[in-house]
Amino acid sequence: MGALSHIRICDLSGQLAGAGATRFLAAFGAQVIRVEDPVRKGAWDIVRGSGPYKGEPGLETSGGFNNHNVEKLGITINLREERGKELLRELVAVSDAVTENFAAGVLARMGFPYEELARLKPDIVYVSNSGFGNSGPYSTFKTWGPIVQAVCGLTFESGLPDMAPAGWGYSYMDHMGAYSMAVALLAGLVHRSRTGEGQWIDMACVEAGTTFTGPDLLDYTVNDRPLRRPGMPDSNHSHSPLMAPHAIYAAAGDDNWIAIACRDDADWERLVDVIGEPWAKERRGDPLERRVATQVDLDERIGAWTSGHDRFELAARLRDVGVPASAVQQPGERIEHDPATTDFGLWPVATHQVIGEMPVDGVPAHLSETDWEIRHGAPCLGQHTRQVLTEVLGKHDDEIDALYAEGVL
Amino acid sequence: MGADANRPGPLDGLTVIELASERAQFAGKQFADLGADVIVVEPPGGHHTRTYGPFADDVESPEHSLWWWCYNTSKRGVVLDLDTPEGAAKFAELARDADIVLEGEDPGRLDALGIDHPQLRDTHPELIWVSVTPYGRTTSRAHEPATDLTILAGGGPAWSCGYDDHTIAPVRGGGNQSVHMAGMFAVMTTLTALLAKDVTGRGQHIDVNMTACANVSTEAGSYMWHTDKITVQRQTGRHATPVLTMPSQVRCKDGRYVNTGFPPRSVKEFEALIGWLDTLGLTDDCPDAPLLQLGVERGGVSMTELSTDELASAIFGAGREAMVFIAQHIDAMEYFETGQRAGIPCGIVASPEEAFEMPHFVERGFQVEVEHDVIGRSVRYPGAPAIMPASPWRISRRAPKIGEHDAEIL
Repeated sequence: MGALSHIRICDLSGQLAGAGATRFLAAFGAQVIRVEDPVRKGAWDIVRGSGPYKGEPGLETSGGFNNHNVEKLGITINLREERGKELLRELVAVSDAVTENFAAGVLARMGFPYEELARLKPDIVYVSNSGFGNSGPYSTFKTWGPIVQAVCGLTFESGLPDMAPAGWGYSYMDHMGAYSMAVALLAGLVHRSRTGEGQWIDMACVEAGTTFTGPDLLDYTVNDRPLRRPGMPDSNHSHSPLMAPHAIYAAAGDDNWIAIACRDDADWERLVDVIGEPWAKERRGDPLERRVATQVDLDERIGAWTSGHDRFELAARLRDVGVPASAVQQPGERIEHDPATTDFGLWPVATHQVIGEMPVDGVPAHLSETDWEIRHGAPCLGQHTRQVLTEVLGKHDDEIDALYAEGVL
Repeated sequence: MGADANRPGPLDGLTVIELASERAQFAGKQFADLGADVIVVEPPGGHHTRTYGPFADDVESPEHSLWWWCYNTSKRGVVLDLDTPEGAAKFAELARDADIVLEGEDPGRLDALGIDHPQLRDTHPELIWVSVTPYGRTTSRAHEPATDLTILAGGGPAWSCGYDDHTIAPVRGGGNQSVHMAGMFAVMTTLTALLAKDVTGRGQHIDVNMTACANVSTEAGSYMWHTDKITVQRQTGRHATPVLTMPSQVRCKDGRYVNTGFPPRSVKEFEALIGWLDTLGLTDDCPDAPLLQLGVERGGVSMTELSTDELASAIFGAGREAMVFIAQHIDAMEYFETGQRAGIPCGIVASPEEAFEMPHFVERGFQVEVEHDVIGRSVRYPGAPAIMPASPWRISRRAPKIGEHDAEIL
């Protein structure tokens, strides 16, 4: 019995920004019925056919798709056909929520505006997640994760002084957009549970992204101090809270790095003791202000010291004396060897019909009574069509055979 | 959408007792903005995060910390000294009357004070208790020190972020993202526990692990490893990949950057790019325009033929070159708006304040005015991450002053 076993979601979402939201609910036992298009073989979701592949390249072997769609049921409905639309109506009528992350207005144009969804199921919670939302001059604009994070301010916030933005080396806002969508969906379900009322929740991923830019934005609205100013961004240093030294330093070996952060004077003194070199001892009593004012020089000194050390050994030594430090961990290191993830059971093994067993991302929190469980990989295209039509919509085998024959499924 | 701004939020009527912490503040803000009565408990003198700048009007006082303002909207505040028996007892009393307790204490601290979840749950089985810690409460690393930087370094994001030149250090994404990721998972799991309580009638403990949150928020960084033990490599302003890809972040005429998005592949996309060049009057000057036309005529290009078909590869390359060409000839904002209107998904690399001021978001009501008596004026905040007409998100008040609500709550 999962935390959300009483919830059924008619899920038209995909990619990561949508799929990542319903994945979370599925891991807690919600019945997430992912609806895909049989004609284009689910290709709207570009992750479905994208590498890396487990085995031969194809629609069923994408490691990313498998990761993003664990524990979901997969059905196919051809929504170009009236009988397909009728099936979706039947599914909506027995669902608690409808989710999608098409471009704004697409689902309405397919014949399913919120008014229609609410006619089918008065208390439906409908969450649409698009780049710019359903209203406003940019509502027709289209996005991917990299575009969302560029426009919302997050890409700009990440970089070193006097250089191009480094940005995020992946679709961070697909993750954070998915989490924002999950919060909106769950909050909508909580509201419905308490009042019996459904609603259409319009989420604009770019707006969600701007809510993640932190106090930098208030520095502008309150102090009229924009982040686009000389020397900024400077995101390996810490301006809020003010800390120094605070950076990522070269360690022994090729492309090996160690992050060190001194939160206060005591951390600095502990770091000095570990460094043990004359230049450091001389500066042991330097107050924060002086460390900040000279941190470029400090970074050079510390970097020269760290570059002779193994990043894991040094980080452990620093943490042992209380200084926050960490190797910049590569994927295999943090996934295979870091007790912070392995002790936590963060990487469950899911079984996929074609791929077989594969580790996937777990949920980074545990609930003591109704925890998540991930055992099933992503559904193959239409893997559960017959099961869902039978068990959820009460169709008989001969009806289903006919729908297949007519190209509706 | 006809939102009635006066309707209560989805968590209206729920009480949250939050122990002030850097780690859980953002989650508490979300509960509060979603309508819960969040009472943030600070130590005497105010919580340490009030010393975090920047400061309003550059006045370095605990009531002017913009960090505190940012992460404590809509909350009420009280002061308790948990290190005294009276303070601890008062906290236990508040917790027993609450629906949710939210805290980001080092593992073991509350237990030592006799006020951890196991000590309070027997008398209050409906309570949902959320702990946000750097490594989870029970892993072997539970007691190691950490900051946002070290969590993002150890948890995966930093490895994927930085520049093409790998003699330059990886980059920490700015904005306190370890707190934001953990905040999202704290809220998602708490709402899940609330829905479970509808069925079971029981509360539970939620153990949010910040390092784990970062680990599962790295997209291909993790799933390439899961799939085939592939290690991605960081690149400037674009996805870390196993094999170097072409730049997608281009500097425009005004010196600002755009993300060009993905070069055209389908006929429709080639037509859109041709149309965009036409609109800008740049077709005749663009050396790649003829190849784009060829892209339309041959029915687009597919990614799978790029390595084997020279013409397809040239046409695909021309799409990218044409996008760079356009960027060199116009300003970034014009690139973003005219490109999108032509049907090309692309974006300006905006600073947070530039994003905030875009008329699109202003029109959607994203800017929210909050009165701040401390500085004698109102301040604009980023608004709702999602528009919920039946149960609106809202900032109901500015962050509390130290002990502001002691009298009415204690």
